[in-house]
Amino acid sequence: MTWFKREKKSIENPTPVDERRVRTEGLWIKCGACRAIIWKKDLEANWEVCPKCDHHFRLGARRRLELLFDDEFWTEFDAGLASSDPLLFSDTRPYAQRLRDAQRKLGMKDAILTAEGKLRGRQVTCCSMEFGFIGGSMGAVVGEKVARAVERSLAQKQPLVIISCSGGARMMEGTVSLMQLAKVAAALGRLDDARVPFISVLTDPTTGGVTASYAMLGDLNIAEPGALIGFAGPRVIEQTIRQKLPEGFQTAEFLLEHGFLDAVVSRKELKNYIAQAFEFFLGPA
Amino acid sequence: MRERAKARQQSAVADPQEPSSPAPPAGRSDREQLRELEIAALERDIAALSSLTDPSDATALDIERIRNEVAELKRDFYLHISPWQRIQLARHPQRPYTEDFIRLLFKNFSEIHGDRNFADDPALLTGMAWFRGQPVILIGSQKGRDTRQRVARNFGQAKPEGYRKALRAMQLAAKFARPVMVFVDTPGAYPGVDAEERGQAEAIARNLREMSRLPVPILITITGEGGSGGALAIAVGDRVFMLENSVYSVISPEGCASIMWRDATKAETAAQALKITATDLLEMKIIDEIVPEPEGGAHGDHAAAAKLLEPVLARALEELSRLSPRQLVDQRYEKFRRMGQFFA
Repeated sequence: MTWFKREKKSIENPTPVDERRVRTEGLWIKCGACRAIIWKKDLEANWEVCPKCDHHFRLGARRRLELLFDDEFWTEFDAGLASSDPLLFSDTRPYAQRLRDAQRKLGMKDAILTAEGKLRGRQVTCCSMEFGFIGGSMGAVVGEKVARAVERSLAQKQPLVIISCSGGARMMEGTVSLMQLAKVAAALGRLDDARVPFISVLTDPTTGGVTASYAMLGDLNIAEPGALIGFAGPRVIEQTIRQKLPEGFQTAEFLLEHGFLDAVVSRKELKNYIAQAFEFFLGPA
Repeated sequence: MRERAKARQQSAVADPQEPSSPAPPAGRSDREQLRELEIAALERDIAALSSLTDPSDATALDIERIRNEVAELKRDFYLHISPWQRIQLARHPQRPYTEDFIRLLFKNFSEIHGDRNFADDPALLTGMAWFRGQPVILIGSQKGRDTRQRVARNFGQAKPEGYRKALRAMQLAAKFARPVMVFVDTPGAYPGVDAEERGQAEAIARNLREMSRLPVPILITITGEGGSGGALAIAVGDRVFMLENSVYSVISPEGCASIMWRDATKAETAAQALKITATDLLEMKIIDEIVPEPEGGAHGDHAAAAKLLEPVLARALEELSRLSPRQLVDQRYEKFRRMGQFFA
């Protein structure tokens, strides 16, 4: 029965039946707001904004700088500053280990990037927080880097942008973290005295000690649509008042309505908004 | 206690190369209990002896001897209490509050009410007063003594209008060149819907910035609980003092325990880990000086506590009054600018 003989050899080591499927894991993302299924590359190309409903996903610290700086080019400062674990803190895991894991995962030493570069042709200082690094929490390193960035802005008389994304002060550095609020606020007082403009951009989420210091001290405080912004977190408040919180409480829109934000600006408009505000304050670049 | 010991063991074995678990303190619970029993027994003896109808000289001597022993034991006891016990002292319902210090240290106190925006916050007092003949602006958290007062004072948790009232008082101080004295004793800023609606975070942030550049001396005393941002919002100053049994923390140990250990009963462990006592904070250069309390804690004798605080405040005020406004503000900036260590 040669006419029935197979000419080609069968595939060696075939994939087992239960693994025979196209791998789509991680390629598609479901929008949390409109439930649309989005191709991940589309989402990335759209700066992590849902193309269907304009829901703003969280954006990493580095991509934020790419969004703002001309030609995606900037000079980073103080990249080597790292926490010294002042309390030798340990909860269910040692803080030092949490730090190492976060550093390895994100390729940064702490929860913030500080940089300088051109924004629509104007030299600006920009700080960008990374929520993935221990909840974007502020310890001595974040406090020091922001304070240095503010002092740099002051020395160069160049405007400042801080993009906040943080759960608040870093518990594992105890009262040292708390003092960072005062340290940064004091530096911003000097910047204010010198009339160097500062725009604070609040993104999802900005709560606790970061809101209660630099995030609320901008000449302009602006936020991304839908961002959670507050002092006490929603869970803490629910525990205190023992009631469900109203819909939309502590969103950017809620704060705008209550008079604590100057504008809610979508991510695609952010660079334009900032460039125009600086032009208003300082004249053409 | 057993839980705490277990938690320590766990953290110690989690990563043997890790230098981060603090040196375990000597097991003190047994000794503590022993001491408490001893003290109680001796106090019973005193009571028994004094109730005798005809106390002879011999009994009087006995009483005296036992009293001394009690004092000795108490001194030893309070010297070795844990951070958790310090918190209990800092929160003691008989702890001297701002009103007590006002009564004991100041003359002609006249309260300043309201933030001229929304309301008067009873959790935070501000006013004019004379300290040793010198006019000063006073700011202080205020808790209540009984349930009704506590509710009225909102447990010492200020709302945005409280912080804005404090700022208004400070600006008054700046305008008329009067020093500011602050007494801090709050579990924290009030975490509620109305406080959020009126901008709790903004009120605190603004105070931090304005206090850092206020051109008059600011003296801070943490008298009980220094609760996070709500405390710091009135605690940026040229000198920061802490009473011996007060605490100052970024989060309450209960809050920390429920977040980090997901178990509120680990508060005692968290209290240890957070390093919130005056001794810890002096070592980290976050505060300038520890103010001693009368034996057994300030709750036992308000007048004595105030008497121990008075010279500290007087000396600081004297030192600071020699500085120009520029020097004051610059030194204050440097003081807070230096806080926080890191690897460069």
